[in-house]
Amino acid sequence: MSDGRDAMMVGRSTDGRLVQRPLSPHLQIYKPQISSALSIFHRITGIALSAGALLLVCWLVAAAGGDAAYDGFSGFLRSWFGVLLLFGWTVALWYHFCAGLRHLAWDAGYGFDLPTMHRSGIAVLVGTALLTVLTWIIAIIVW
Amino acid sequence: MNQTAKPSAPHLRVMRSQLGRVRGLGAARAGTEHWWAERLTSVALVPLTLWFIYAALHLSGLPRAAVAHWAGNPINTALLVALVLITFRHLQLGLQVVLEDYVHHEGIRTASVLLLRGAAGLLALIGVLAALKLAFTG
Repeated sequence: MSDGRDAMMVGRSTDGRLVQRPLSPHLQIYKPQISSALSIFHRITGIALSAGALLLVCWLVAAAGGDAAYDGFSGFLRSWFGVLLLFGWTVALWYHFCAGLRHLAWDAGYGFDLPTMHRSGIAVLVGTALLTVLTWIIAIIVW
Repeated sequence: MNQTAKPSAPHLRVMRSQLGRVRGLGAARAGTEHWWAERLTSVALVPLTLWFIYAALHLSGLPRAAVAHWAGNPINTALLVALVLITFRHLQLGLQVVLEDYVHHEGIRTASVLLLRGAAGLLALIGVLAALKLAFTG
């Protein structure tokens, strides 16, 4: 028994033999491109944001815990390490946000052709940079 | 896919039952629901994230009493609870795919996916209860 997906996995080698196609590209022979780089960044920022969600819970627990706990946590966020964490968090957040919107457009069936895909990829990078800078300009003004 | 098939004679093996094919189901378990839940939560997180960034900038530098007053507004309470619940659901769905991709030993994979589910659920619960305590008791 076979079905469409299995039939698609069969190809011919250059000398005409029937072969099974590999399941995924081999990274060591795969040329780095904007598509693959942005794809793995989406996953990396997703993992980083999962750690960032811990910050959100810590903030809520500190706020529910009383003035001393809240001042302690706020002080940590204002230390150089806390600011570094927050900066990394905003970069990852805006990247995952922009790239996520791109993924949703793909899911809806838009933007698959290569020129559009390259343009939207660059838009994700530019959008991440602009939104991160904008967030920190506002943060510094209201600080 | 049969990995041991000779290159000259590909062997086709289908891991779906006839009933599963008719119903459009995958190999097993709940792939479609997982995929769809990840998309739904991501759509919900678009406005919630924008709201939270706005709120975080607004609350930056304010004393705890002001934060509690802000959280006590029912709209903020509801959005905060929704943000925590949907964020942890989304990250659990996403990290589960990462584990399924990279953890090859089936027992360790199943255990880590279950551990992830437990940890995400517990952290979401802590976040929600802290938000409610902050909102209701100040």
